Amino acid sequence: MEEKRSMFSKMIGSSNKQAPVTYIDDPNTVLSTHQLNKYFYEPDKFHVLKDVSFKVDRGEFVSIVGKSGCGKSTLLYLISTLDTSYEGEIIINKQRVTGLTQNELAHFRNEHIGFVFQFHFLLPEFTALQNVMLPAEKLGKYSRSEIEDRAYEKLKWLDMQQFANKVSGKLSGGQQQRVAIARALSNDPTVIMGDEPTGNLDSANTQIVFDILKDLARTKGQTIIAVTHDPEFAENTDRTIEMVDGEIVKQ
Amino acid sequence: MKLPVNIDIAKTHLLAKKRQTAVAMLGVTFGIGMYILMISFMSGFNEFLEDTLLSSTPDVHIYNDIQTDYSRSILDEIMDTNKVVNVVYHTKPKDITPNIRIAQKIISDLKNDEKVLAVSPQLSTQVFYNNGPVQINGTLSGVNILQEALLTGMSDKMKTGKIENLLTIDNGILMGQGLANKLNVKVGDIVSLATPKGTSLRFRVVGTFQFGMGALDNVKSYVAISKVQQLLGKDNQYITDINLKLRNYSEAQKMAKVYGARYGYKSEDWQTANASAMVSILIRNVMTFVISFTMLVVAGFGIYNIMSMTIQNKLKDIAILKAQGFAGKDIRQIFLTESVTIGIIGALLGLALGFLMSYGVYNLPFPKNEFISITRFPVTFHWYHYAFGIGFGIVTTFIAGLMPSVKASKIDPVEILRG
Repeated sequence: MEEKRSMFSKMIGSSNKQAPVTYIDDPNTVLSTHQLNKYFYEPDKFHVLKDVSFKVDRGEFVSIVGKSGCGKSTLLYLISTLDTSYEGEIIINKQRVTGLTQNELAHFRNEHIGFVFQFHFLLPEFTALQNVMLPAEKLGKYSRSEIEDRAYEKLKWLDMQQFANKVSGKLSGGQQQRVAIARALSNDPTVIMGDEPTGNLDSANTQIVFDILKDLARTKGQTIIAVTHDPEFAENTDRTIEMVDGEIVKQ
Repeated sequence: MKLPVNIDIAKTHLLAKKRQTAVAMLGVTFGIGMYILMISFMSGFNEFLEDTLLSSTPDVHIYNDIQTDYSRSILDEIMDTNKVVNVVYHTKPKDITPNIRIAQKIISDLKNDEKVLAVSPQLSTQVFYNNGPVQINGTLSGVNILQEALLTGMSDKMKTGKIENLLTIDNGILMGQGLANKLNVKVGDIVSLATPKGTSLRFRVVGTFQFGMGALDNVKSYVAISKVQQLLGKDNQYITDINLKLRNYSEAQKMAKVYGARYGYKSEDWQTANASAMVSILIRNVMTFVISFTMLVVAGFGIYNIMSMTIQNKLKDIAILKAQGFAGKDIRQIFLTESVTIGIIGALLGLALGFLMSYGVYNLPFPKNEFISITRFPVTFHWYHYAFGIGFGIVTTFIAGLMPSVKASKIDPVEILRG
């Protein structure tokens, strides 16, 4: 049964023209995974993720926790569509992303996924405002002036408007992380994915960033999935997915 | 100004690292600049040389080539070699005159040939110019001076006097400037010539010319064709050479063969006559291109290096751009735009630099030289050299930028983002 299923998903995975298949009846479900399996081949073959299936509802603030090497980051990169070598199936916003081409995935990420990383990863030559504008300019849904207004609004919401025209390389870590959150929000994504979003911040900034994320989920109904080490961070999220050795042990 | 987002990113990258960008551009600028200087100077020199050769050598030269084939003797024509063996010791050529026997017919025939612009019959001989007790060796050409002027453009090369004087003044002579200097004669002076056979005549100098080649200016004189016939004691049909100017001088090689076959006389084109000079022109051209090409390729490697380094430094940025939805082709476009921008601006600056340098060289006085009559360095300003320079510059930088850009577009963001 298992094998058949993975073969089937491979078959449809190889056809790009496949119409989006909806497995989900619950209209509240934003993201769902089915029997995700992933192997590392270097240096030796290693089974990283074992039959990982879970669902995330709209507006949920979910944290994924576990020890180093349990596969939580790997899982995040699978569901964020950056890593495409896996078995199983991922559906985001009712669209099956498994089997899409790299270009289709790039466009999908642009529209539906926002990222917040441990190390801010802003483009250092650009101003804070430009960093926030880039994903929207790539999407090209709005005019330039609208994009600028919207980006400025996001910075304002994060209380960063006074740094809008400052080159991002010259901002502090906490400031950069706030700009990064504004950037993640740029296209009003379906999901925000965080890889240790507070991992590199001091406790004061950790608190600020956490409050922002929490507020996003509460007041704006923004779905957030964050991988974290920090037990305090995890405790305060809506739901915690705990992983051990590539398997989900507690939801 | 509204730019597409990929171009905007490329622009920001270039402006953020101004010094690095400038260094990369300077590589292209110097490459293209030196290319322009070299090609302008070399082609100027080649054109000058070709001009000089063309004015001193007819496009096609028809003459009677004296046979020096000693493998058959006259005896072989009388005694059948199939039956007897003829042995003749120390054979010598027949006593022949080196003139073209059907000269008048050939001349009138060539005058009707639509490929021929001018026909100049000539009678040349070795002469001694008497300068007091000293005799100076030289050549004397009997010509119809108006026809000859059409061939050589002599009218422009006169230092003193006019070519028409040869027609109006009896026993006039046009003399090379170098030769006139040696003989210490000016227009109006009398000069006495002697042929190897002993006859001599006195001429009045009516003009001096300078082709810019010592081999001509120091030995050659022109007089009316009838005077040479008189000097040699020949009839008025006696002509040794027919020189042609073609409408298209690059057809000389082909037409020389045609005329040679048609008239049965040796027919030589200017390229064959100046084979060694033509080879040196070719070698200079090849060298110019090899050196220029090398310089541009070196500039290309500079760009390749800088782009590779830039991309290595921007791995994180590339990963984050990809995570945010920029596809591989966007990344490729960003970095290709950067290197081609460097190429275009660098090449344009290079053209300006090359033009300024060649203009500077053009204004340098040429060292005084009695063999070459130019006052400054020969430099050409051809638009196609500049077009080639910018085209090659852009293509080189495109290729140099392509490899690092493709590499950048294939970067796996997960590897970078996970650290």
